[in-house]
Amino acid sequence: MHPFNYQRATSPAQAVAAVAPAPSAAFVAGGTSQLDLMKEEVLRPSLLVDVAALPLKTIGALAGGLQLGAGVSNTAAAMHPEVLTRYPVVSEALLAGASTQIRNMASLGGNPLQRTRCPYFRDPAQACNKREPGTGCAALKGINKVHAIFGASAACVATHPSDLAVALAVLDAQVQVVGPAGSRTIAFPDLHRLPGDTPQQDTTLAHGELITSIDLPAFTGRSHYLKVRERASYAFALVSCAVALDMDGKKIKRARVALGGVAHKPWRVPAAEAMLAGKKPSEKLFRAAAEVAFADAKPLEHNAYKIPMGRNLLLRALLETSGLQPLQGPAGTAFAASVGGMGGE
Amino acid sequence: MVEVTGKPLDRVDGRLKVTGAARYSAEWDVPGLTYGAIVSSAVAHGTVRTIDSAEALQAPGVLAVLTHENAPRLQPFPEKVNGSLFRGEGGITETRQPLQDATVEYAGQPLAVVVADTLERARHAANLVRITYEQRPPELTIDSSSRRTLPETFTGNKEEKLQVTVGDPKAALAAAPVKLTQVYESGITHHNPIEQLASIARWETRNGTDFLTLYDTTRGVENMQEVVSHSLSLPKENVHVVCPFIGGAFGSKGWLFAPPLITVMAARVVKRPVKIEWRRQDMFAVAGQRAATRQTLALGATRDGKLTALQHDTQTHASQSSGYTEPCARVSRMMYAVPNLGFAHQLSHLHLPSPCPMRGPGETVGGWALECAIDELAAELNLDPVELRLRNYAEQNPETGKPWSSKHLRECYARGQEMIGWDKRNPKPRSMREGNNLIGYGMATTMYPAARRPAKAKATLFADGRALVQSATHELGNGAYTIFRQISADGLGLPVERVRFELGDSALPAAPTSGGSATTATIGPAALAACRNVLGALKRLAIRDAQSPLYGATEDTVEPRDGRLVRTTAPTQGEDYATILRRAKLPSLEAEGEAKPGDEREKYSFYSFGAVFVKVRVDELTGTIRVAQLCAVYDVGRLMNPKTAHSQIIGGVAMGLGAALMEETHYDPHNGRAVVRNLADYHVPSMADTPNIQVEWLNIPDPHISELGARGIGEIGCVGTPAAITNAVYHATGRRFRSLPLTPDKILPS
Ligand SMILES: Cc1cc2nc3c(=O)[nH]c(=O)nc-3n(C[C@H](O)[C@H](O)[C@H](O)COP(=O)(O)OP(=O)(O)OC[C@H]3O[C@@H](n4cnc5c(N)ncnc54)[C@H](O)[C@@H]3O)c2cc1C
Repeated sequence: MHPFNYQRATSPAQAVAAVAPAPSAAFVAGGTSQLDLMKEEVLRPSLLVDVAALPLKTIGALAGGLQLGAGVSNTAAAMHPEVLTRYPVVSEALLAGASTQIRNMASLGGNPLQRTRCPYFRDPAQACNKREPGTGCAALKGINKVHAIFGASAACVATHPSDLAVALAVLDAQVQVVGPAGSRTIAFPDLHRLPGDTPQQDTTLAHGELITSIDLPAFTGRSHYLKVRERASYAFALVSCAVALDMDGKKIKRARVALGGVAHKPWRVPAAEAMLAGKKPSEKLFRAAAEVAFADAKPLEHNAYKIPMGRNLLLRALLETSGLQPLQGPAGTAFAASVGGMGGE
Repeated sequence: MVEVTGKPLDRVDGRLKVTGAARYSAEWDVPGLTYGAIVSSAVAHGTVRTIDSAEALQAPGVLAVLTHENAPRLQPFPEKVNGSLFRGEGGITETRQPLQDATVEYAGQPLAVVVADTLERARHAANLVRITYEQRPPELTIDSSSRRTLPETFTGNKEEKLQVTVGDPKAALAAAPVKLTQVYESGITHHNPIEQLASIARWETRNGTDFLTLYDTTRGVENMQEVVSHSLSLPKENVHVVCPFIGGAFGSKGWLFAPPLITVMAARVVKRPVKIEWRRQDMFAVAGQRAATRQTLALGATRDGKLTALQHDTQTHASQSSGYTEPCARVSRMMYAVPNLGFAHQLSHLHLPSPCPMRGPGETVGGWALECAIDELAAELNLDPVELRLRNYAEQNPETGKPWSSKHLRECYARGQEMIGWDKRNPKPRSMREGNNLIGYGMATTMYPAARRPAKAKATLFADGRALVQSATHELGNGAYTIFRQISADGLGLPVERVRFELGDSALPAAPTSGGSATTATIGPAALAACRNVLGALKRLAIRDAQSPLYGATEDTVEPRDGRLVRTTAPTQGEDYATILRRAKLPSLEAEGEAKPGDEREKYSFYSFGAVFVKVRVDELTGTIRVAQLCAVYDVGRLMNPKTAHSQIIGGVAMGLGAALMEETHYDPHNGRAVVRNLADYHVPSMADTPNIQVEWLNIPDPHISELGARGIGEIGCVGTPAAITNAVYHATGRRFRSLPLTPDKILPS
């Protein structure tokens, strides 16, 4: 680890003022992503500004929706009764992620900004354009089992690891930000970006911009999250899927579908969404949508399995969200979200 | 007094562990301690061209930077250590002495150590060491290796040949009415004990000579003392190795010498004690691993299911400086009554880190391949998998012809079938379904060699009525402190609360490296011998003492009873141990004891057996497998403590479950760096993956192994489990999977 200075922020504005002028300064909240990467010598900030104690820890009503403070812990958000009942996709995504201990430390602001789990990014001795622009991408021809099948570039094939981000991508969530140039609102799907030639840039946030809240608009439809991983608990997604369906009687009025574990950002599938709108839920329809969703997938050497896995998962997520098949556990819990369930009877 | 051996005593070190009072190797409070941080190789093959420590040496707090250019010189690694082959083909360990030359043989090889006054400063300065390499292309696969050998023996043991032919397997295969040949592959796995490697080295001058105290995460203080003293040309007595607690090893930490030697050299250079704690990332380079295997199983059988031929050929790999060969035929060589039996092991030397034993070395992945092949044969013959195994039940060891010391495998099969409800399943593959899941049942036989080695112990009786028994064995989390205290209490005829057991110190009576599931069978009898000897000495004191009620008796007419020595014919005549010692004005009385296997080893073949039955759910469309039920029955001799035994066995089973479903370390196919380097990416089973593991044992004493009748239990749980799961997945899906681990990407139909 490299020496760094540490400050505890006194207000959002002060936090921004401390980070903005120093190019290698960074915010830290729960630290579960930031500190790991510093210990692994991947990140070498000169200054950490701790935002964990800022008064951004409330969940409140907002124009029919909910405002989730950036400092709310993953656990608190997942267990909040309004989140559980109105946005089960959020609780499911949160509770199917990490471990209890990590969720207790992790914050809603930090979670979507955690860095990729690409193992090449995390090893300073490997070539990685995201960590050190211009060094190349060792994952491209390496062990790329957990890498992207959508939207990747020759410079970077990493995926975004957050479960929460996939859920937020189907809720028209908005990210409230304060920064050196004042405050602004970012539509959640615009928060993350594709790697292109500048994979070092995960998001569209400017340096020094601080997330203050994540706002969920009113939503009365059904939502659900499903996740496939290599063990029953405490593993990142191989592929995941968030679905939000607004119903109009027996018909789907509007469908929003996002995939996780497949791209540099939560991957919305507009063609599949369009296909679902205005139709009555049926297995046939869902199969066709799943087919369309993966039509443009471009697998690497070790990740072609994500295509059939993703299709099957998307089909199941639609079946379960629409009620054609039962959830595998109570809505809003990790049991509903975890494909395969637990070991034991 | 009722015997305490065999009782489910609580773990005696449990409280120390949960309160943090148990002292692990990185936790010794050594005054003046300094800290080392490792700089390891970025490349897998080549030589160090330049190594520049100038900037690191300028960094705050840095005391020294050791590299191959300035580190103290070490003697070449010893050929054999305490009778075991260390060097050469089939040898057990990496024989590269650290920081002695510029060659790089694997990525992550330690190339320098930075010592500073704090850990943070050492780690920071380690980043400032600049290394350039003359790189050469690494050889990273079994097939691309330009150095392939056929090792003759496993670790030099003449009883364990690696290239064997009994009868004529080739001809028998050609002539067999039913034949099956399949290739099974398993990936690289790591032990990943929760405690990482750590050493603290302290040099002092004692009586004018150099004296080294080494706290290390070793489970072989004796071998460590031997290798370190040899490497430094010191008398053995001048090296003291200490390790009273180990946070898990699973095969690692037995034969790792470079990490402590680096610490020892660093301490010598800075003339202060040095501690090095290896990071989790380093564990994927320096802590040993189970090598990948490619195994070809060829079975020949009659139509009614009698095996006529078995050929088991393994290709595996080691590093450039280790000859360790995963002995995959360990189960095949003894499990079934097959007249024509052959096996071979080919070793490819690669530019990957060195392998070493890992829980069930050979048995876990070799037994997996065999037991899957047997399951395939059963399907081919349309026979129940249990029935096929019964038709080939080995009444004696097929390789050596020796009778078993004790074998009750039939009972294990029968009870396991009952526990899981074997007869209630529909035996047809892909016939059972629940919701999204296909349901499958599978089984496998398991075994473990029941080794025993020579060992010594010492027993001391104190005038306050307490006693201490000691031996240089280890507590790996397995319950050694507990069961050896129980055995010693019975040996001394004292209540268990009055007896302590000490271990993990090279100053104690010699014991072998704790491994091979041999610790109970090895140390138990040695402890008993020491107890007998000290009671003998106590009897002699009493019967010679005119004031003793035992005065004038002969040794064989006096016996221990409830903490007293009494006349056998008149048990009211006697006195307690403390009284005898106090009257003799002795604060304590001690005696050593020694025990070793004898000619029973010539007469019998010693093995434990068991049967594992599994029910799985396979969500085929997502590739997800969950173990719904796991029942296992073991014939492991007499249990010393059913509670610690239960923990050991279910831990082994869980590790077998991990090997079956999720554990694998990838190395980059081009540069040879570990791509899995942490416990987020290296998946060990979580609680949610693990069913309620139901284990039972027959608890039938082995009449030949030792007076205790106990065989080992450390590894048998891990063996058998992967095959039972794989066979259950076949029954669920109707598809054969011949590559471990069974991760979702492989299960998903393409
Ligand atoms: C072993 C392990 C397993 C995990 N498994 C999962 C999983 O299955 N699914 C999953 O989704 N996640 C998983 N995680 C990731 C974990 O959820 C995230 O690390 C966590 O949510 C990040 O939140 P934090 O508050 O700790 O962020 P920090 O580590 O403090 O910060 C992360 C990043 O966000 C920035 N940041 C923090 N707060 C703000 C803010 N308010 N405004 C602007 N920038 C900010 C920091 O500068 C930093 O760049 C896992 C983590 C670990 C270590």
